[in-house]
Amino acid sequence: MDKRKTEEYFFKALMLFSTLTVLGSLISILLTIIVKGFPALSWSMLVQTPKGGYYMGKEGGILNAILGSLVLSLGATFIALLISLPLTLYLNIYLKRNSRFAFWVRFVLDVLWGIPSIVYGAFGFTLMIFFGWRASLLAGMVATTLLVLPIMCRSIDEVLKMIPHELQEASLSLGATRLETACKVIFKQALPGVLTAILLALGRGMGDAAAVLFTAGFTDSLPYSLTGPVATLPLAIFYQLGTPFPEVQERGYASALVLTAIVLIISIIARMLSRRFTGDLGD
Amino acid sequence: MSGQSHISVKNLNIWYGKQHALQNINLDIPNKKLTAIIGPSGCGKTTLLKSFNRLLDLQDGFKISGKVLVDGEDIYDPKVEVTHLRKKMGLLSQRPCVLPMSIYENVAYGPRLHGIKDKRVLDEIVERYLQEASLWSEVKDRLHQPASRLSIGQQQRLCLARGLAVEPEVILGDEPTSALDPISAERIEQRFMELKGKYTMVIVTHLLRQAKRLADYIVFIYLGQVIEHGPARELFEKPKDSRTKAYVEGSFIEGYANQYVI
Repeated sequence: MDKRKTEEYFFKALMLFSTLTVLGSLISILLTIIVKGFPALSWSMLVQTPKGGYYMGKEGGILNAILGSLVLSLGATFIALLISLPLTLYLNIYLKRNSRFAFWVRFVLDVLWGIPSIVYGAFGFTLMIFFGWRASLLAGMVATTLLVLPIMCRSIDEVLKMIPHELQEASLSLGATRLETACKVIFKQALPGVLTAILLALGRGMGDAAAVLFTAGFTDSLPYSLTGPVATLPLAIFYQLGTPFPEVQERGYASALVLTAIVLIISIIARMLSRRFTGDLGD
Repeated sequence: MSGQSHISVKNLNIWYGKQHALQNINLDIPNKKLTAIIGPSGCGKTTLLKSFNRLLDLQDGFKISGKVLVDGEDIYDPKVEVTHLRKKMGLLSQRPCVLPMSIYENVAYGPRLHGIKDKRVLDEIVERYLQEASLWSEVKDRLHQPASRLSIGQQQRLCLARGLAVEPEVILGDEPTSALDPISAERIEQRFMELKGKYTMVIVTHLLRQAKRLADYIVFIYLGQVIEHGPARELFEKPKDSRTKAYVEGSFIEGYANQYVI
């Protein structure tokens, strides 16, 4: 066999190996939590809050954490969206292409994206101390907002950058202002991408433990107030796996299964919605 | 409006960064006639066209000196409301660019911006201008479908209807047929022939034959300068400048290939 053919075989094998590694790790993660968690998963776990002694193997469920995570990440995503949309529309419609200001804003967002979530948690904690809050839904939401903000901004930014400049010109040349162009045309065109960005941020916000570790606290009751503590799924998993009782650890895996299922459902919805919208809008 | 001219360009200079894209342009665009701006690619035709509705304002490093008068008013005067100006100047771009909404909404978009809310009035406007762009019969049963489902040729006629619906005085066309198949291009040209008594039209084209077919008045631009302008027949039959003569005869203009063009 000549050298070029060997090369071809070698690299083909390497590529296949890498692909299988990725697939394999996904499948083994899913299998682990299914095998370990599914037997412990029950309807009562999904619809009950922890009863006394739940963490020692007695009755109850994780509804507090499921609802807590949903409320917290939905809130954080919503606040992040309120900041991201004006920011990205400003970068892409009001500033010129090679604006230095836009360059630095993007740079800062990229840096923020790379900061580990525990740092956001710690920052949220200092904010909390500064304002005199206690560990609460609000504090957890603020920390999570900071965490998902760069992700959302940069993904919406990338979507807006892809929109052809001519579309903006078409709207402007009909006598539209930049604001009208941004809201009625550019935003509409970007909607599928914006939706994907929202769900990306939602999944990320829901799954992160470090940002809420110091800020959201933990409670056995359902989320009841912005200023009260709130339970979250990642921390529920953490606490259950940390007990010495095998049956509680199994519930930890079951909780992980629930969290994975929620994130999976969100991303499937994201894909369906974005396909539907792109189908409607054409290219 | 000063006599016969609708748009007057006086000592216009335009730079992109350090590039001097248009140099000392002096020009009168005749009222309610079709003017074609011709010349080789990259010589500043589109730049001149887009200076008329101030779309150049969006460009990086754009600088301008001199005046562009529309109806006798300097459009680069800071007091000018740019949205009013752009409403007056309809633009048809090179590639049709439909808005991400239905066929109906595409045409209604402009009138709505300018304050028309009554559904019946909008319905009338949509029908009238789709007819004027000779698209009505093809789309009247699917007005509420996304405009992106139309063919490219239909999209360009939709863009024309959309532009006409804001009742402009001037129609600017930036090589408006260059992305179209020959039949669609012909239909657009026919519309232009019918519209040119009603509107002042300025079309950029690199197709000499198209300019000959459509234009009443010709502006020949070469390397950022207006070399010659005049009534179409005169310019094609008796060009005064040797470069114009070379260009309209389709022969090589000396020195073109050696120049760094825009």
